[in-house]
Amino acid sequence: MRRVLGIGAGALVAVGAVALVAFIPRLVSDFHSFDLALVGVYFIAIVGLNLLTGYTGQISLGHGALMAIGGYTTAILVTHEHWRDVWTIPLAGLVAGVVGFVIGLPALRLSGLYLALATFGFAVALPSLLKKFSGLTGGTDGLSFFEKAPGQVTGISGTVTIFGHSMTQNHFFYYLTWAIGLVGFALVWLILRGRFGRAFRAIRDSEIAAVSTGVNLARNKTLAFAISGVYAGVAGSLFVILREIVTPLSFSFLLSITLLVGAVVGGLGSLPGMVLGALFIKYLPTVSTHLSTRPGAPDFVFGVAIILIMILLPTGAGGLIGRALKPLTTWLYTRP
Amino acid sequence: MPLAFDWTQLAQQTVIGLSSGGTWALLALALVLIYRSTGVVNFAQGEMAMFSTFIAWSLVDHGLSYWTAFALTIAISFGGGFAVERVVIRPVERAPVLTVVIVTIGLFFVFNGAARWHWSTETRTLPNAFSTRPIHVAGVAFSIQDLGNIAVSLGMVLLLWLLFRFTKLGLALRAAAVNPGESRLVGIRVSWMLAIGWGLAAAMGGVAGMLAAPALASFDQTFMQPVLLYAFAGAVLGGLDSPLGAVVGSLLLGVFINLIGNYVGWVGNVLKLPVALAVILGVLLVRPEGIFGRPRVRKV
Repeated sequence: MRRVLGIGAGALVAVGAVALVAFIPRLVSDFHSFDLALVGVYFIAIVGLNLLTGYTGQISLGHGALMAIGGYTTAILVTHEHWRDVWTIPLAGLVAGVVGFVIGLPALRLSGLYLALATFGFAVALPSLLKKFSGLTGGTDGLSFFEKAPGQVTGISGTVTIFGHSMTQNHFFYYLTWAIGLVGFALVWLILRGRFGRAFRAIRDSEIAAVSTGVNLARNKTLAFAISGVYAGVAGSLFVILREIVTPLSFSFLLSITLLVGAVVGGLGSLPGMVLGALFIKYLPTVSTHLSTRPGAPDFVFGVAIILIMILLPTGAGGLIGRALKPLTTWLYTRP
Repeated sequence: MPLAFDWTQLAQQTVIGLSSGGTWALLALALVLIYRSTGVVNFAQGEMAMFSTFIAWSLVDHGLSYWTAFALTIAISFGGGFAVERVVIRPVERAPVLTVVIVTIGLFFVFNGAARWHWSTETRTLPNAFSTRPIHVAGVAFSIQDLGNIAVSLGMVLLLWLLFRFTKLGLALRAAAVNPGESRLVGIRVSWMLAIGWGLAAAMGGVAGMLAAPALASFDQTFMQPVLLYAFAGAVLGGLDSPLGAVVGSLLLGVFINLIGNYVGWVGNVLKLPVALAVILGVLLVRPEGIFGRPRVRKV
């Protein structure tokens, strides 16, 4: 009976979440829909990052660079090959997934702090590489959809019509990112529930113990990097589609560390917390402009908030939610 | 195009490389100091150095001479680093690596934000500490500034070495880093030693910033960010747990990157940062303990 109740409660939360996401654009303005679409982009990226860092224990300070790979794949396909912007998303995810896999190979030899250093170096160095190969990437000016291929931008007229429903471009962006975000969320949830999830967690908790119980370290680590790369690539692709322009500055190393902060604030090892993490990194800088409009004030507040959260609440928002719901979940999910 | 090859040119470029390598060495040394005592890399080290440099700029702007400002800034930075450890790092002393890394990232934002908040984002200039006039040695013209930078960097390294080698405080600092548990038993206040380590690191970083800034035509709050990556690369090359390695690694890296930037046209100025990344990756994959580091042996 409790088991049925437990499954029912889970299904109810899922349906509720989908309904809430679908209903929000009716409540907020067009402008805020765009902001919420950006939250969706961060959400996708940090769900992928959480799989890597929170569940497999591999620190990445270079996820912004993987987003850049996806974003530039989209921009190059649209401006050079004149693809329709939204159809580039799968390929962007795939390319970033392959790059993630390749990064995962040296990462087999690195762990902890050294991996953080190497991925940090990747994030800092990537903009210079993007500037160097200017024939492909447009150099410092980047690639603008508006100049090169306005015909391929979905909703450039201001409205988008899908299945006879007409909506503003910003609402379209919102639904696009959150539809992908929810599907991605469900996929990660399924992956983590199964065999791979168990292997990932075993690696996180103790590599030596994992290997001695028959977990293939190399295969699972690179797989985690590849999956995480796909999510970052899709997020980067959406980021560029929303902005309609990409430059080397779009994906600075600050983005990389901001993503990690989002994952940690949301709670490593907690998937629902990622929504809060994404909201945190998107809105905290905006909120803090109320304090002072001088440059730097938002970053200062952001930094103080990060430190306070780490000291007071090291498991992040997800940990707090988990603790609050503990009595309920134990009651629902234990067999009497 | 690459320069035509001649020995004069090579000697000059080597000295220029040593000069930037010397500033990186100080920041690398700061990183190593903290790594050895706490096992964590301080991602905010560069921004703390930037903040120190802006303090120096303010002092110079109020009419102090460069060297007075220099000395005062070192003292302020030491106090600042000490306070940061007490207030921010202390509460997460026993937390997992990732937590401490995130806290230092938080510090990165705090110092970067505070500097732009207080000093606004316009670019600044610091006067040259040394004359920019060249001196001629055996037909090769060296800039006095480059030689002065090298001298100050090596002087700071020497002072630090003397402190660690010949004072009681240095002995306590080393003991606390090597074996905190037993140090506590013999009466060393380990936790204070950590704070002093942070203070020393901040002071070293401050010197690095004050040497790096005048070499640039003008600087803003981002000027230490590439230096941080170079310092990481230098420290990793020399061995993250070896102070000597950090200095030698950074000097080697400075010369290597300056020469490759000048003689390999394809790399030029643009690809210097990716070269540093390649060095980090190469060292970590081939010999993770670096040149002077000791390989880590772990008990299962």
